Amino acid sequence: MKLNWRSFPFIGSIITLMALVILPSLLSAYGLSLLTQVLIYGLFAMSLDLLVGYTGLVSFNHASFFGVGAYTAAILVTRGVENFWLTLLAGIFTSLLLALLLGSLVLRSSGPYFLMITLAFGQMIFALAWRWRSLTGGDDGLSGVPRPNLGLPFSMWDSQNFYYLVLVFFVLCSVVLWKIVRSKLGRSIIGVRESESRMQALGYNTWLIKYLSYAIAGGFAGLAGVLFVYFNGFISPQQLDWSMSGLVILMVIVGGAGTLIGPVIGAGSIFILQNLISAQTERWPMSMGIIFILCVMYLRDGVAGQTIKLSKKGLKNYERIRNTKRL
Amino acid sequence: MDLSSFIIQVLNGISYGLLLFLLASGLSLIFGLMGIVNLAHGSYYMLGAYIGFVIIQKTGNFLIGLLGAGVALALLGIIMERFFFRKLYKRELDQVLITFGFAYLFLDIAKGIWGGVPRILPKPPFLEGSVSILGEAFPIYRFGMILIGLSIAVLLWLFLEKTRTGNIIRAGVDDKEMVSALGINIQLYFAGIFALGALLAALGGVISGPITGAYPGLDFEILVLALAVVVVGGLGTLEGAFLGSLLIGFAETFGKALFPDFAMFTIYVTMALILIFKPSGLLGKEELK
Repeated sequence: MKLNWRSFPFIGSIITLMALVILPSLLSAYGLSLLTQVLIYGLFAMSLDLLVGYTGLVSFNHASFFGVGAYTAAILVTRGVENFWLTLLAGIFTSLLLALLLGSLVLRSSGPYFLMITLAFGQMIFALAWRWRSLTGGDDGLSGVPRPNLGLPFSMWDSQNFYYLVLVFFVLCSVVLWKIVRSKLGRSIIGVRESESRMQALGYNTWLIKYLSYAIAGGFAGLAGVLFVYFNGFISPQQLDWSMSGLVILMVIVGGAGTLIGPVIGAGSIFILQNLISAQTERWPMSMGIIFILCVMYLRDGVAGQTIKLSKKGLKNYERIRNTKRL
Repeated sequence: MDLSSFIIQVLNGISYGLLLFLLASGLSLIFGLMGIVNLAHGSYYMLGAYIGFVIIQKTGNFLIGLLGAGVALALLGIIMERFFFRKLYKRELDQVLITFGFAYLFLDIAKGIWGGVPRILPKPPFLEGSVSILGEAFPIYRFGMILIGLSIAVLLWLFLEKTRTGNIIRAGVDDKEMVSALGINIQLYFAGIFALGALLAALGGVISGPITGAYPGLDFEILVLALAVVVVGGLGTLEGAFLGSLLIGFAETFGKALFPDFAMFTIYVTMALILIFKPSGLLGKEELK
């Protein structure tokens, strides 16, 4: 394989993966827990990117799917179901089901209506988790979720082992999501973002395309939620209210929408910032609001988006130089 | 439910609906003219209530509190329009996202200044006490709310229908480009409508202050209701906001009276039904896309 600018993403992901494999042995316990969270939230943010960046649907209730996945796993575990795979599948399944149900309602609208309606239904799910005390534990939440037992010779209570479990899921899901956006479905999803009417004129069922995208995003968010509850051991309604949905939108924007890798970078930056700022002051939400405003105004393409823009410029320059040399 | 409590619930529904109208009319007009869903609109309501609380404590006069909060929030609206939204002209999605950032910011500022304890605003003395309706007590303040709400609704309607400024705003909702092509500086009206929306929201916050109080989290509670109103009534028209407000007001009060544990779901059911049968709202303008 000839090395050139085009092979950069491939080489980049290999290097990143190697770094992610090696890092745990270098990090402190605190750093490792932070990195585990970055991967979980990165996956969550990637699933939202499918909607915000690729489909062009700014969904304000993505935390609902994350939370419902997490609650499903927590409810099953605290009621005696010990099989990790069963709770994982159940978590993904309920989130998917919720996405299919909500999607059939919210996708009747578009643009500003879509935004408002997702926000309102997100608050409904939050209210449900808060009020349905017998199932969800109300505002106390559900605690005492142990690390999963996979029947493997090593325990998941070890944070390094659990980190690698999350890493495996993270890599698998990234590959699947990458394949999806590169597939025929992914192309038509981008087509809907660019011009829905043109896609309709070409004979595509744009409603179905959006519906599928919504459901896939919901399912992956549910998976991230299940991983989160096993990591955290505790889930409360806070995990699915509007501020959480806003946080994950911020991750997507900071990193760069429509890039998949961007939201992961966004999750990383937000977590690092949150930790730095929370150490100094109690006013983290205020800082978050300011970062939100500044990013929208001055960093609209996000970190990854800017890099891609610059590298594309670089690619053009590189090819221009090569072409002139040939002449 | 017997007759007397039914009448009381109806009156509660009307007063609550009119309160929501103060919020939803601004939300709807801002959207109609500028294409922005202002997610910081609930924050105006909350901040209005807090500022009203502070002014009433200092002066002891409810009306000064009401006006002061209105003016303060109108200024905030103008500042937000002038320094933020204008820079994002024609980037509607970014404008919505930025309002979300402001909602975080305002919530945390309010928490930082006033803490988590609800602040109940004192009632104006001439609206203290209650009257008896078929043997059940009903606070006079609620009648005051209905009266103020109705008068503001009428004034707003007169302003939009009968004045030149109102005509320009309505024309701008229909076709912005055409209005500016006629030589009218539409940017000026953007700032004006933001100020008006923020003012109305702040009035709502102060008026509801003696009943619900001001507390962090009020912003999003009320924002979700206002969003439900515009989804049900339709965006961009005053009539839609009015009808939607009364419907949601009734759904909320009767929901609370009939199934206390799951009151909010009456609103979501109403919303889901509207979405299924009339996605652009009862009186909304059909989207031509």
